[in-house]
Amino acid sequence: MILPWLILIPFIGGLLCWLAERRSLTLPRWLALATMGLELLLGLWLWHQGDFQLAPGGGREPSWELEFKYGWIERFGISIHLALDGLSLLMILLTGLLGVLSVLCSWREIQNHVGFFHLNLMWILGGVVGVFLALDLFLFFFFWEMMLVPMYFLIALWGHSAADGKTSRINAATKFFIYTQASGLIMLVAILGLVLANFHSSGVLTFDYALLLKAELAPGVEYILMLGFFIAFAVKLPVVPLHSWLPDAHAQAPTAGSVDLAGILLKTAAYGLLRFGVPLFPNASAEFAPIAMGLGVLGIIYGALLAFAQTDIKRLVAYTSVSHMGFVLIGIYSGSQLALQGVVIQMLAHGLSAAALFILCGQLYERLHTRDLREMGGLWCRLNYLPGVMLFFAAASLGLPGTGNFVGEFLILLGTFKVAPLITVIATGGLVLASVYSLIMIQRAFYGPAKAEGQLRGLDGRELAMLLSLIGLLLWLGVYPQPALDTSYASMHGVQQWLEAAFSQLITAR
Amino acid sequence: MDLTQQHFIALLPLLITSATILVVMLGIAWRRNHTQSFLLSVVGLNLALLSLIPALQVAPLHVTALLTVDRFACFFMALILVATLACVTLAHAYLGEKQGKGYPGNREELYLLMLLAAAGGLVLVSAQHLAGLFIGLELLSVPTYGLVAYAFFDKRSLEGGIKYMVLSAAGSAFLLFGMALLYADAGTLSFAGIGAVLAPAALPGPLVQLGMGMMLVGLAFKLSLVPFHLWTPDVYEGAPAPVAAFLATASKVAAFAVLLRLFQISPAAATPALHDLLTIIAVASILFGNLLALLQSNLKRLLGYSSIAHFGYLLVALVASQGLAVEAVGVYLATYVLTTLGAFGVITLMSTPYNGRDCDALYEYRGLFWRRPYLTAVLAVMMLSLAGIPLTAGFIGKFYIIAVGVQAQLWWLLGALVIGSAIGVFYYLRVMVTLFLMEPNLRRHDAPFNWGQRAGGMMLLLVAVLAFVLGVYPQPLLAMLSTITLG
Repeated sequence: MILPWLILIPFIGGLLCWLAERRSLTLPRWLALATMGLELLLGLWLWHQGDFQLAPGGGREPSWELEFKYGWIERFGISIHLALDGLSLLMILLTGLLGVLSVLCSWREIQNHVGFFHLNLMWILGGVVGVFLALDLFLFFFFWEMMLVPMYFLIALWGHSAADGKTSRINAATKFFIYTQASGLIMLVAILGLVLANFHSSGVLTFDYALLLKAELAPGVEYILMLGFFIAFAVKLPVVPLHSWLPDAHAQAPTAGSVDLAGILLKTAAYGLLRFGVPLFPNASAEFAPIAMGLGVLGIIYGALLAFAQTDIKRLVAYTSVSHMGFVLIGIYSGSQLALQGVVIQMLAHGLSAAALFILCGQLYERLHTRDLREMGGLWCRLNYLPGVMLFFAAASLGLPGTGNFVGEFLILLGTFKVAPLITVIATGGLVLASVYSLIMIQRAFYGPAKAEGQLRGLDGRELAMLLSLIGLLLWLGVYPQPALDTSYASMHGVQQWLEAAFSQLITAR
Repeated sequence: MDLTQQHFIALLPLLITSATILVVMLGIAWRRNHTQSFLLSVVGLNLALLSLIPALQVAPLHVTALLTVDRFACFFMALILVATLACVTLAHAYLGEKQGKGYPGNREELYLLMLLAAAGGLVLVSAQHLAGLFIGLELLSVPTYGLVAYAFFDKRSLEGGIKYMVLSAAGSAFLLFGMALLYADAGTLSFAGIGAVLAPAALPGPLVQLGMGMMLVGLAFKLSLVPFHLWTPDVYEGAPAPVAAFLATASKVAAFAVLLRLFQISPAAATPALHDLLTIIAVASILFGNLLALLQSNLKRLLGYSSIAHFGYLLVALVASQGLAVEAVGVYLATYVLTTLGAFGVITLMSTPYNGRDCDALYEYRGLFWRRPYLTAVLAVMMLSLAGIPLTAGFIGKFYIIAVGVQAQLWWLLGALVIGSAIGVFYYLRVMVTLFLMEPNLRRHDAPFNWGQRAGGMMLLLVAVLAFVLGVYPQPLLAMLSTITLG
């Protein structure tokens, strides 16, 4: 019974925040903090008491650490089917943690309609947790689409319009919504195609994951359905030709919105690929793998180059996400256990480091009222702590050994090298570009001649505590990633089994 | 044909509605009283709604050669009666409860006209004969001219009424011509008869195809499908808000139900030419409806264009005409009626009581959330539902339509649907975000503060709750709809 509560807690907490606004302006903040704290504690408790050896995998009945099933729409064989394995647990932990941080980082930034803001924030997180737990494809789509609306509000109502006035926050939010909504509908068509194809072959109308895994599909059909899923995930991940919503949404969103977008929402796409995209269509995925990996490399290089060219610091960080998610895409489609484990670490580490960078950008903006790098410079001696902390996260972002990002990227590249050496070699070049854009960001913001005189407000206890905890976690992931690797082992092993079988089939077919 | 007690029971909803019309008319003749007319209409409509229960017991049953009462008809009757009830309730709030404030002319006849049109709708959904179809359609349309122009001292209302009358008459002419051509070939006017005569021929003759095509044009006028949609925005804008709600819901539901029945029973629609024609109309309606709605700054016009697009989506089910199609149309129309009633309901309450011009400009809704959170929440839910976002009823409807499209493998139509929805999201979101922006200082219209305690307000909250509940737990509706069959 704990699984539905994991989803319900944020929704209920959000409603309470909204109602609490009448009492006082700080009460919603505390309520939201308590909600996300509870969510995080529940996740930690689950982590502590489970061993996570059970996960779905190729060639056997899926098994789960925890499962919950309740009838919903019998007409279509839809049920509220939730399940937890190592992968979903790690993602939920990340959601809980970033949820706490996004409440904390908007403590001073958001002063208008505080209750409604936290309602939206909580509902996004609730929807995300739903995505990470849902096993029924209808339910999955339900949560997938549902989290868009509060995200839209977050960007449209509390966002910042760009300084040059070219993109307003409402346009950015609408662009985000339309991209994800349209791609989501394509996925819905693919889901229905899969369900009806399964209905034709087996006579059972169902949206259940376990049953659809066994659906027998003709190769052409499988490929098209796989593409339907892939497009939806590729928009959200984002994969390069479909990424153009991301910089706008990030740049215009309030800090908490950026933290959630980069930290969690992008991960839902990678999770979707690992949970649904690959296992449901292993053969088509194996066939598609070279293209996907090519797109991943393209994303790494393109994201890095564009990040280098940005003058808006938030857009810069947004493009680095595009680059980092390219590694995730390569890792998923490499089909090697090592790379898949690297993907999980990369997702966690990128979630933490990108969130931290966005929080830092938000703090810079609060002090300078600009995000334009050309108007910064020489801040190192005008600010306490902040530049040093930012240097750490920039180093993490470029994949310095000792941080989680290094472990993730290294494992991905190591695992992929055996499968696709050429791709790996080019992708490794992305690491060089990563150091270029990370260092240039630090250089432009903090070094050089100061643009103005006078000391700026340093970091206070709340801000410093947030960042230090993130530093601690990133170092932990970088030095001792074993707990996370153990937890995700079974899940990733399952994905690897699916892909391995499909790859060997593909080779014999040729 | 003898009429037995069974037949009368099957006809009860129609009979009670007609009796209500007489009672309301006599009531007006005896004493002009707004509340009295309203109460009589509401009681009559509720009785008609209740009488559907005994009618369902005897269904399916042919009542005379013109009408048949089956589960399909009963479902759509219920939908029309509910929509009319909601519109009547809204109209009561809109016209103003106190004398001297609100609508300056005679208020009572609005109910009369609305009831007449509802009776027409009831005939239309149970028609199984071209004559029944025509009677129903005219009974539905003619009172609607009066309704649209009810605020005749307002230029826009009058213009809308006249425009609707002229174009509707043109549509009827097409319809009649089509019927005549069909009769010339088939020699019978009943749907089943036409189906039986045409079934043996692999390809119906050109006369039949032309006849069906012309009938389609006639009905497309009423459903405002592209390219017969030109009247829609003007009429929606000019008509008083409750009347626009009636036009968008009851009137369209009835016309679509009869179209579906005709296409299900008479296989003439299965010819490639008509099939392609329908596909083109559907794609055009989806794309043009959504594109034209994009930059509207008038909420009523925007909803008008959006209704064009929604009936384009519905045509996907009609083109498929197999598998889940009938059920899907039922679900989609139910969710659409609910959503549209909610949206127009908010406009009505914002314009309540009548003072010359409806509150339909988008800027008047700016920042409404911060002073009327619940009323705005209703409108926001309705916009999300029209856009088909999960947690609202509209999503279930869209889900069904896509399921039907996938089942029938109509990939072009599905492509148009996906693109149309993506475009649609833009303007629904535009409305929604307007509600939440900062307030302007200037306001002309506002809902009364105690809107929630009045009949119209309560009805609106009920609609919103239903739209939400159906989005979260649609199983009861789906279970009910999986049993609606043409009998």
